[in-house]
Amino acid sequence: MTEICNASSVAMPALPKCPTGIEGLDEVTRGGLPRGRSTLVCGSPGCGKTLLAAEFLVRGATEYGEPGVLMAFEETADELAANVRSLGFDVKELIDQKMLAVDYVYVERSEIEETGEYDLEGLFVRLGYAIDSLQAKRVVLDTIEVLFAGLSNAGILRAEIRRLFRWLKEKGVTAVITGERGNASLTRHGLEEYVSDCVILLDHRVTEQVSTRRLRIVKYRGSAHGTNEFPFVIDNDGLSVIPITSVGLEHPVSDERVSTGIPALDAMVGGKGVFRGSSVLISGSAGTGKTSIAGFFAASACGRGERALMFSFEEAPSQIVRNLRSIGLDLDGWIKQDMLRICSTRPSRYGLETHLGLIHKQVRDFRPQVVIVDPISNFISVGTQSEAGTMLVRLIDFLKAENITSLFTHLTHGGVGLQQTDEGISSIIDTWLLLRDTETDGERQANLSILKSRGMAHSKSIRSFRLSDNGIELS
Amino acid sequence: MHEQESSDSLVAADFFELRLYVAGQTTKSVTAFANLKKVCEEHLAGKYKIEVIDLLVHPQLAKGDQIVAIPTLVRRLPEPIRKIIGDLSNTERVLVGLQLRPSLPPEDGE
Repeated sequence: MTEICNASSVAMPALPKCPTGIEGLDEVTRGGLPRGRSTLVCGSPGCGKTLLAAEFLVRGATEYGEPGVLMAFEETADELAANVRSLGFDVKELIDQKMLAVDYVYVERSEIEETGEYDLEGLFVRLGYAIDSLQAKRVVLDTIEVLFAGLSNAGILRAEIRRLFRWLKEKGVTAVITGERGNASLTRHGLEEYVSDCVILLDHRVTEQVSTRRLRIVKYRGSAHGTNEFPFVIDNDGLSVIPITSVGLEHPVSDERVSTGIPALDAMVGGKGVFRGSSVLISGSAGTGKTSIAGFFAASACGRGERALMFSFEEAPSQIVRNLRSIGLDLDGWIKQDMLRICSTRPSRYGLETHLGLIHKQVRDFRPQVVIVDPISNFISVGTQSEAGTMLVRLIDFLKAENITSLFTHLTHGGVGLQQTDEGISSIIDTWLLLRDTETDGERQANLSILKSRGMAHSKSIRSFRLSDNGIELS
Repeated sequence: MHEQESSDSLVAADFFELRLYVAGQTTKSVTAFANLKKVCEEHLAGKYKIEVIDLLVHPQLAKGDQIVAIPTLVRRLPEPIRKIIGDLSNTERVLVGLQLRPSLPPEDGE
């Protein structure tokens, strides 16, 4: 769902925030975690909480010059180094530079006899020593609940953990505390009772063999934040949260017109093409030439010196290039010049959220001015219709906010219902083209018409549409 | 596990090297030291050494012996290392921890 919010216009004393440097998370939290306070990150095993915490420290050290201390209760320093090395972070180097300290806390119940009163001052001393020797600004405790397995006196542990969180606040460090999700509560031992400033829940769900990771901010005292579940992905660059749901209807609009790459089609929309940053939908039955129009659209952008990013859910890049060459369009040259990028995936490979995430990441990475999704109808094969619809609304909102001109193709299934897009996204589309097959005199003939085009005079006529060696002809 | 422990949990060593980790002169620390001294005099007279480490003075030493709780008594010799945490008020349990007595059921928490 699209949140309509206007955070920038709300004047309130800004809570100091500590940017995590994790892609998307700072947007969702409107600037980062509460500075000088503790944030609880919880979730079931394998949800990515340790990675989030480690990335918070590493990015703090490398991007914000803030030294950090990791107190690890589950993984040794070597294991941790190996885990984040896959993300391109060199923990050892950071430790040598005094930007990071890792203290592995090991408590083995069978080696310990308990008799009488004790406290966890040893833990405080260790943490305090590490913080002071690095002048650390960031602290991670991963996962402190392990202590409950190592020590039997839960009463003492609770009181001491409560004291530890107060102490961290007094130290003025920004802390991330991880916790394993319990059955009835957010964490097994109710850590959420002690951490009252910010709680983030990570989730890893598998539905119909497709896995999706999600992040939700359960609470964030004193700050506005996105309340939805945000999809996130873990890949070679670490964790990235896709903040697409937080896009509102505030995007700037452009008066600039861009060519569709087909002069005759430009002529139908007032002679100048479509608005930059607007969305174009091409509906049509199989084989009517949707991908061809998309190809011209992309090539025309490249010809203007813009970058085009194409997501194909049916054909491999080489197949698209080959097929379009047959109508006189050479995309290969643009690909070699890195002006055009074609990403092909099977829709069933990931869940909708992950697809959205990957599109988002590619857009952030490639920085295109034009994005093409061919076809959107395939998303229905992954999720339900309403899910697919919601996702497309979020995608279009995101692209609009970035002032990217987008083109979507949509496969319709013959007959009367042609004007009905299954996803019901026509209402958020700016320019809608319809390609229709008609049979006359024993021949199939494709017709192109413009169903709507917002903000411009457009032709109401139905033009016949032909693919030839020289491209697309309208007559 | 318990049977195994009780069969080999008793040690006959010539010398006990003990370290008591404290953090300042707290009641718990003072009590622990007094209790430890008493147990050692009664059971290990002449063959023990106690080193008291105040972590407020030497915080860097906490990591090496994996100290979390205070007070912690570490039996460094004979090996393997054993730890007893708390003010050592229960003499029986201290003796079990030092492996001078067979193990007991765990003390009630809370």
